Amino acid sequence: MALKMVKGSIDRMFDKNLQDLVRGIRNHKEDEAKYISQCIDEIKQELKQDNIAVKANAVCKLTYLQMLGYDISWAAFNIIEVMSASKFTFKRIGYLAASQCFHEGTDVIMLTTNQIRKDLSSPSQYDTGVALTGLSCFVTPDLARDLANDIMTLMSHTKPYIRKKAVLIMYKVFLKYPESLRPAFPRLKEKLEDPDPGVQSAAVNVICELARRNPKNYLSLAPLFFKLMTSSTNNWVLIKIIKLFGALTPLEPRLGKKLIEPLTNLIHSTSAMSLLYECVNTVIAVLISLSSGMPNHSASIQLCVQKLRILIEDSDQNLKYLGLLAMSKILRTHPKSVQAHKDLVLQCLDDKDESIRLRALDLLYGMVSKKNLMEIVKKLMTHVDKAEGTTYRDELLTKIIDICSQSNYQHITNFEWYISILVELTRLEGTRHGHLIAAQMLDVAIRVKAIRRFAVSQMSALLDSAHLVASSTQRNGICEVLYAAAWICGEFSEHLQEPQQTLEAMLRPKVTTLPGHIQAVYVQNVVKLYAAILQQKEQAADVQAAQEVTQLLVERLPQFVQSADLEVQERASCILQLVKHVQKLQAKDVPVAEEVSALFAGELNPVAPKAQKKVPVPEGLDLDAWINEPLSDSESEDEKPKAIFQDEEQRHAKQRPPEADEQELARRREARKQEQANNPFYIKSSPSPQKRYQDAPGVDHIPVVQIDLSVPLKVPGMPMSDQYVKLEEERRHQQRLEKDKRKKKRRERERRGTRRHSSLHTESDEDIAPAQRVDIVTEEMPENALPSDEDDKDPNDPYRALDIDLDKPLADSEKLPVQKHRNTETPKSPEKEDIPVMEKKSKKPKKKEKKHKEKEREKKKRKEAEKGEDLDFWLSTTLPAVAPAPEEPRVNAVAAAPEEGLEEPRGEVQDADEDKQQEPEKKPSKEKKKKHKKDKEERTKDKKKSKKKTPPREGVAEPMENGALDEDPLPPMSSYCLLAENSYIKMTYDVQGSLQKDSQVTVSVVLENQSSSFLKSMELNVLDSLNARLARPEGSSVHDGVPVPFQLPPGISNEAQFVFTIQSIVMAQKLKGTLSFIAKNDEGSTHEKLDFKLHFTCTSYLVTTPCYSDAFAKLLESGDLSMSSIKVDGISMSFQNLLAKICFHHRFSVVERVDSCASMYSRSIQGHHICLLVKKGEKSVSVDGKCSDPTLLSNLLEEMKETLAKC
Amino acid sequence: MIKAILIFNTHGKPWLSKFYQPYSEDTQKQIIRETFHLVFKRDENVCNFLEGRLLIGGSDNKLIYRHYTTLYFVFCMDSKESVFGILDLIQVFVETLNKCFENICEVDFIFHVDKVHNILAEMMMGGVVLNETDAQNKLEKYEADLAGAPARDIPAVKNMNLSEIPRNINISGISIKVPNLSSFK
Repeated sequence: MALKMVKGSIDRMFDKNLQDLVRGIRNHKEDEAKYISQCIDEIKQELKQDNIAVKANAVCKLTYLQMLGYDISWAAFNIIEVMSASKFTFKRIGYLAASQCFHEGTDVIMLTTNQIRKDLSSPSQYDTGVALTGLSCFVTPDLARDLANDIMTLMSHTKPYIRKKAVLIMYKVFLKYPESLRPAFPRLKEKLEDPDPGVQSAAVNVICELARRNPKNYLSLAPLFFKLMTSSTNNWVLIKIIKLFGALTPLEPRLGKKLIEPLTNLIHSTSAMSLLYECVNTVIAVLISLSSGMPNHSASIQLCVQKLRILIEDSDQNLKYLGLLAMSKILRTHPKSVQAHKDLVLQCLDDKDESIRLRALDLLYGMVSKKNLMEIVKKLMTHVDKAEGTTYRDELLTKIIDICSQSNYQHITNFEWYISILVELTRLEGTRHGHLIAAQMLDVAIRVKAIRRFAVSQMSALLDSAHLVASSTQRNGICEVLYAAAWICGEFSEHLQEPQQTLEAMLRPKVTTLPGHIQAVYVQNVVKLYAAILQQKEQAADVQAAQEVTQLLVERLPQFVQSADLEVQERASCILQLVKHVQKLQAKDVPVAEEVSALFAGELNPVAPKAQKKVPVPEGLDLDAWINEPLSDSESEDEKPKAIFQDEEQRHAKQRPPEADEQELARRREARKQEQANNPFYIKSSPSPQKRYQDAPGVDHIPVVQIDLSVPLKVPGMPMSDQYVKLEEERRHQQRLEKDKRKKKRRERERRGTRRHSSLHTESDEDIAPAQRVDIVTEEMPENALPSDEDDKDPNDPYRALDIDLDKPLADSEKLPVQKHRNTETPKSPEKEDIPVMEKKSKKPKKKEKKHKEKEREKKKRKEAEKGEDLDFWLSTTLPAVAPAPEEPRVNAVAAAPEEGLEEPRGEVQDADEDKQQEPEKKPSKEKKKKHKKDKEERTKDKKKSKKKTPPREGVAEPMENGALDEDPLPPMSSYCLLAENSYIKMTYDVQGSLQKDSQVTVSVVLENQSSSFLKSMELNVLDSLNARLARPEGSSVHDGVPVPFQLPPGISNEAQFVFTIQSIVMAQKLKGTLSFIAKNDEGSTHEKLDFKLHFTCTSYLVTTPCYSDAFAKLLESGDLSMSSIKVDGISMSFQNLLAKICFHHRFSVVERVDSCASMYSRSIQGHHICLLVKKGEKSVSVDGKCSDPTLLSNLLEEMKETLAKC
Repeated sequence: MIKAILIFNTHGKPWLSKFYQPYSEDTQKQIIRETFHLVFKRDENVCNFLEGRLLIGGSDNKLIYRHYTTLYFVFCMDSKESVFGILDLIQVFVETLNKCFENICEVDFIFHVDKVHNILAEMMMGGVVLNETDAQNKLEKYEADLAGAPARDIPAVKNMNLSEIPRNINISGISIKVPNLSSFK
């Protein structure tokens, strides 16, 4: 044995530590993966060792490997083992690993609950700290629910180090378990005024995080925060508060008025850039919310813009960036004040930093006016040419389009210019925004009627030079513009100068290399063109020419018929037949133009993109109603109405032939090729389109050489946008001259005073008349379109659950659940309880729930009104707008007064809490007395003290912790009862049966080492009775004990399970037993024993089973149940809690509850049905029971009586 | 809130990654790679902010980074955190590390990533800043406390894994393993 140990430690000596691992990985650069997998194997070996130090080392290495991207979830259990190490250094490693790799899906995470709770209540602040830090990373809804109460207690810890962490982690707890927010909030609020600045700042942090998601619930805290803002000197806290105010002001404009002065003072006085920046941001938010209410806010805006200009002009790129960012916020509401700084923004456009250029671009968007649009776009176009990265160039492109098209082309005075800008943009290479340009071209051509002639001429030129554009045929590439070009030329063909030429351009063989959807548009528009040409020729009585055009189509269309794209193929073959028919008619000299152009008669109107969404639902049509009744009840149980569609899809899927996988397809293809090759009758696969032209006769098939030009070519005949700028300038100049003339006349009449004014605005936006009379057609909307957009809130937003009214007094049911062990099967907390049961039952209760919710909403409204009054008071005490010097005392006085008012609606709990803190001796609250009584009872009489409850209890010495307990309405419930205890070990146990095994129960015993010795060789033995016996390993006699499969280091607890076989379950019984173990410490080891009595109550044979109300009714009607009843007096507990108690301690589930009456159900492991009817009178509770076995029933009721007597 | 903290070198090798939202290992790797490519190609004298157009959340997020010789410190945060604050925080973090390790360099990260994690844990909890302005003083005290209070643990640990006795001696690439006899009890 000893030798083995020595050998073990020698082996261990050669274990790699983290440093060795890192070094090793660095030395194996070429086969890193192999080396790491070898290391992982070693780690797996190390994890099998008993030595905790070795395990910790292994886990430490795993944490490193996790960072490199290796999955270490398989070691989750080992990580938990290391977390439970008693040494801090190991524990820390465990928690670190857990925080790096545990998440909600980690199944073993529930095993950590007890360990974490233990660490939280550890005397060492570092243990607690590391547990809190770890927990903050992997807290799950279950952990949050189970530990919320413990963390609440820690919020009042004596050490600020712990308090701070506890406060912060509450935020995570709220997120995962929103029910905890209301009970915990009063204490959180308290922490805002904690003496320790760290704790205070943590509380501010948490409340700010909460408030930014649901600001309206925190409006009532505004006075408190205002006080903090004017008193705190911690910039970090100030920033947080100021940011919070930024979120609050939109909800309460009066708050903004109050804020603006202290904020401006801060802006003037602070030297910290970060604080200045946040102040400016909040002032902006305030001004946005005020919009126009304040007469003197232009001064504040000026101040902000001024400060921001200083930021932007700074050489520090960060300041520049943020300045621009804040500037863009001002821009939205006060564009005029920002436009004055156009020079600065344009300057930033030349910055070498891309982030800054992008921000400047954002700003430009709001700075354009009719006056400067052309100039700005011109500047941007030069940037487009200069830009090296495609991403930045694409960004520029979208910005140009955004700027020009904003608010319905508001700033465009010359659409010819815009079209030529768009055409110039098509020469960009490798852009991904071809579709954007195309969409703009279409939009402009369709909506601006006056521009169509020009647009068509440009587009036909574009089609003519399509080979330049189509060089890159990638999707969304620039070739998309051909889509628009073809459509415009086709649709507005009447404006074409030389339709024949365009037609030929569209029928070029090269076209077949374009993406399918573009070809399809080509084909369709070829016919439109064709119709126009026919008409033209027939009118000119040029039969010869008309027939030639038809001939051209008949010749060229087949290339599209052969297209691989279905859409193209279909359209082409359809049209080919049509044209052939026309050809026949033409041969007979029948005029056809009329009929062909009739195909495309009428105008296509633009439809607003949102039109479909805005179609109002006709009266009497309920879209959510069933068209057919749902199929069967059994399926519809958990199916949502949507499911019917999903179902259909699935059915479709089934009908489809199973899709062959990749390999199979490849194999088949190969086989087919082989077959084809060997088949003499098979014509070899058709050549690719390009090859085909070369084979085909005709002049047009001379292959066009693609020229890849890196320099954008100026296409001849296309007017450049620059020319327009010049033209426009001239035009404006002329306009101005004319106007000036007129003005001069006027001015001569007027006096000097107005002159200066008018010279400042020589040219305002309104003065510029558009070059063309443009008539921008608005997009069509359905009649009675709904006016506004519905706000699309994300239903999955995790923060939605935290939208909780915090000013409502706490209800009894809203308490943090207090912990117990393993609670997966058993109902947990009172508030969780009825909901699932109710839902299972039927649809009816849902309505109830709804009603309840509605009621709550009403209540909320009322509360809000009250809250409003309090705030009103605070807000109405406006600050005198002079003298910033005596600010502090005044503000404090103002803030303090309304605070008292605010306290009122907060409810008893808070009050009670405060009372207690003031007079710890007296304890006036009724609730509290009751609880103390309960405490005593539980300790002395029943000894049903749970292990879980111990930590807070033991903290009696600390008044703060005690305070925490007083807030719970429901005492901690644990199904684990004390079995036996001595100085070494404490045993608690719980009995669970299962419906599958009708004569077996499992006893879970939690063994906790209370000594400083190491406990090992534990063995549990009981004296079997006739009715119950311990299941022992095979081959052992009835006198042998069952070994406990683990050892206990000091302070550790673990759970062992023992199976008992039971004959009859109708009677309760007790079994005597002994636990023997060896306690080993530094002085040596001793044999120890602990006797216990294992109590099998009748309750312990029950299994919580849900029951539907109809089944329950049938059961009662059947008549094979015998009846019995009890009545208990002197009950003061609420019915809700009472039911919770029965459910929890006696394993019943609520079937139905009406007012103060409830039916409950449970089942024994041998299949006895037990039905209860619980009625609550004023001070008494009566329980009527029905059960298939009278003895079981009476025993059960007796046990229940005992429980109820304590309530 | 801070979403993630990444530290990697100029080759994109991560030395520390801390995600305050659960991601699979593969996604984490991808995020690190993506972030590195975003940050690496930036010039020295440009601003320290990047818009978050990456895996780690949408445009609400920002990347704040600082570049120290061979290392990048990248913090990913949402819009409600103060950018300047975080920028300062990175500086404070690095200064703290500098004090704890005495002239921090990349090697310290390589071999003491656990320690860096522990220091980080004292500054940040679940993505919320724990100690800000006075982080340094607190941390020094904390580290001092640690050295003092659980003193009984530390010798054991040192012998077991955090050995200060060089186990490997690197002489021009040849590494020799020195058996650590002091841990033999």
